[in-house]
Amino acid sequence: MAIIGLIVNPVAGLGGRAGLKGSDGIEIQQQALALGARPQAGERAERALRELLPLADTLTVMTYPGEMGEDAARAVGFTPQVIGHIEPGHTTAADTRRAAREMRDAGVELLMFAGGDGTARDVYAAIDETLPVVGIPAGVKIHSAVYAVSPEAAGRLARDYLLGRTRDVILAEVMDIDEDAFRQGRVSARLYGYLRTPFGLRLLQGMKAASGVSEAAAQEAIAEEVVDRLKPGVLYVVGPGTTTRAIFQQLGLPKTLLGVDVMKDKQLVAQDVNARQLEALVADAPQVFIIVTPIGGQGFLFGRGNQQISPPVLRRVGKQGLIVVATRTKIHGLGGRPLLVDSGDPQVDALFEGYIQVITGWREAIVYPIKGAG
Amino acid sequence: MPPSLPPEPRRFHQARWDEPIIFELSHPGQRGLLPPRPEPEVLDQVGSPQDLIPPALRRDQPPALPELSQPQVLRHYLRLSQETLGTDLIIDAGQGTCTMKYSPKVNERLARDPAFTELHPLQDEATVQGILEILYRFEQILKAISGMDRFSLQPQAGSAAIYTNASIVRAYHADRGESHRDEIITTLFSHPSDAAAAVAAGYKAIILYPDPETGYPSVEALEAAVSERTAALFITNPEDTGIFNPHIATFTRIVHEAGGLCVYDQANANGILGITRAREAGFDLCHFNLHKTFSSPHGSGGPGAGAVGATEALAPYLPVPLVDFDGQRYFLDFDRPKSIGKVAMWYGNVGVVLRAFAWAMSMGAEGMRQVAEIAVLNNNYLLEQINRIRGVEVPFAAGHRRIEQVRYSWERLARETDVHTQDLGRRAGDFGVQYWLSHHPWYVPEPVTLEPTESYTREELDEYAAILARVAAEAYEDPEWVRSAPHRGPIHRIDPSVLDDPNRWAVTWRAYLRKRDQWPSSDSSSTR
Repeated sequence: MAIIGLIVNPVAGLGGRAGLKGSDGIEIQQQALALGARPQAGERAERALRELLPLADTLTVMTYPGEMGEDAARAVGFTPQVIGHIEPGHTTAADTRRAAREMRDAGVELLMFAGGDGTARDVYAAIDETLPVVGIPAGVKIHSAVYAVSPEAAGRLARDYLLGRTRDVILAEVMDIDEDAFRQGRVSARLYGYLRTPFGLRLLQGMKAASGVSEAAAQEAIAEEVVDRLKPGVLYVVGPGTTTRAIFQQLGLPKTLLGVDVMKDKQLVAQDVNARQLEALVADAPQVFIIVTPIGGQGFLFGRGNQQISPPVLRRVGKQGLIVVATRTKIHGLGGRPLLVDSGDPQVDALFEGYIQVITGWREAIVYPIKGAG
Repeated sequence: MPPSLPPEPRRFHQARWDEPIIFELSHPGQRGLLPPRPEPEVLDQVGSPQDLIPPALRRDQPPALPELSQPQVLRHYLRLSQETLGTDLIIDAGQGTCTMKYSPKVNERLARDPAFTELHPLQDEATVQGILEILYRFEQILKAISGMDRFSLQPQAGSAAIYTNASIVRAYHADRGESHRDEIITTLFSHPSDAAAAVAAGYKAIILYPDPETGYPSVEALEAAVSERTAALFITNPEDTGIFNPHIATFTRIVHEAGGLCVYDQANANGILGITRAREAGFDLCHFNLHKTFSSPHGSGGPGAGAVGATEALAPYLPVPLVDFDGQRYFLDFDRPKSIGKVAMWYGNVGVVLRAFAWAMSMGAEGMRQVAEIAVLNNNYLLEQINRIRGVEVPFAAGHRRIEQVRYSWERLARETDVHTQDLGRRAGDFGVQYWLSHHPWYVPEPVTLEPTESYTREELDEYAAILARVAAEAYEDPEWVRSAPHRGPIHRIDPSVLDDPNRWAVTWRAYLRKRDQWPSSDSSSTR
């Protein structure tokens, strides 16, 4: 009998329909309810759970009381194992974190959670990479790649994982934007970390089960190519992500998964730099290249999760000094949409528009468009 | 099945024999043929037959071949043949990009004629003037079709021809002191061998992605790709989507201006035969798969032939020998100092060339153009039929017709039913047809690529469309029935993950015996 965990963030998505650009904070939630918003995270969790009904005989759903999962599980016909306590109508982020920890400690095989970027952050804070998870998209803000494309897709991904049809587990980004800044028209996104999630190629893009190349192998091939191209004396500014991390692994260097590191002559120059440190390093260097991979499911090269690489640095390096790396799967996940640059300075964004070569493997690159986010 | 479904187009059921591997049928001592022992007088004169083989060539142990009698061998292979679906048996419009057309049986008779099969490649040229004339005259036909100046018929497959072209590109640039050119540009919907052969030949592959609207790469994308490192452009047109890039002459001009060569992958030329030519589009090199457009059997792994064509400037690099004619006799020309050398044993698959020559002569120039016209008509007729099916989409270039094939997408059906393209293909097999998905990676989600060549009647195209309409309707009415297909096939389903695991591959009996004990005994995901 397999056990899966289910956490519903009942307030996720409240702010969206009310045009409030997020649901973080009690005040916003009450404002949304006053504007007539109706909770929908539970209903979206039900849609995902319905995909798991064929496994009902061999599956136990462990969840939190009432609106945090019990209601959704019962609504589709599961008899859930309910743990923990909540104050109905007043659940908080702390409840999400506690629930995730308790379910992990109780030995669930997979954790499903319905929410938005804030929920993903809470789950990440509680369990880090210790447990595979599947995100059911229910929030206003979905920048985190840990979420499936729809509730049904999330349910099928969980089902395929439990049946052993999906074996690959990857690290998917947990991103969030500052809602206050967002409401004032500024987008300030941060990369908070990575959660482990089954790699559902079919649900991402409709590929067959046996693609021949795992994501990890594809990243290694990219790293081989980048290492082949490294030039002596050049300062390399290397952005966050698992694809760029593979390059450092090839060189035997430590990589800050969430941060920007600087390298020269295959040696580490600086780790996890901030914008000011980076600007100083770049100012002194005769030649500078930037190596980045698109962050999240939306194809941002700059401005999401790597704001340390600031407009002055981007202006100095320019498009001719930009090395973009990405697996073919990640590119195909964009569905033909361009790569995006949102540096905060539209003039700098414009410098990067047009086509660029993206390294996708050993001796392999693709030509793909970049657009400014504005 | 609910009554709302369209009727079953055909009550097909394939044979299922559970036939063992031939080695498993072997019994020591069983024989298909018992040759008489040599008579004592013969033994006295020439000694034991074994002693006629020089000791260095003799095996210590006899080969471990299966031992069976003739009727067992015959039944074994007839049973296996009943478990296949092939062009001579079914409406093979579903094997897109492969140009599955009728291979006239009279051409097989010619290829089996002892006048051909008893030839030896080491025979004196004076004694093989007939076959040399055929090779020479077929080259003239290909020159007229493509506008190229010389052809080599030596490469034995399409990918071998692409690799040959990559080798010619390398020799050409080396000759001019430009070996720094290490990039070959291709497109996402060109055949993947264009990128793969380039990489195998030591190049980097730069792949242009299609414009989401038109389906083919923009001129700007190409401009971003060319540089002083560009060795060549390798491109298919129409691409595997069946969409023709109308800016192809601009593409070749841009690449030429950057100092690169332009190579046309015409493996499948079925939609443009006699209509457009490589020369006018500005190409320096091209190739044709004789086992596609020119009707020699496709063969699934051989024998094939990839005829490579070159302009005057590139002709010196073609493989040796070329077949020439001095006005009196045909001869093999090995005296070509700039040649890249040989790319196959002897002169390639001459039997394939013979069939293609016979086909081309029976068609004539007008007939070959008609082939393309009917193939395009058939494709657009089928497109109209398929497009009416619920759940199907035709990505890119909305509202525009296609050339010789179409890459469709079942993304909508998959989203609405959780039935996927592989499921639909397996269920289509229950009605006696097959269909092919797409090369990898799948840029078109849930793809299927259909190419109804000139060889199918309107009734057959209607039947093929009716089968897909039925299968798609079943996906909506009873998805589990489609997901659990095939129901009438010779085997159930194969776990595709074995393709990722070399420990589960065995192409010889010896490898099978060595590996089988390491395989997990119960694999729950392999069948269901």
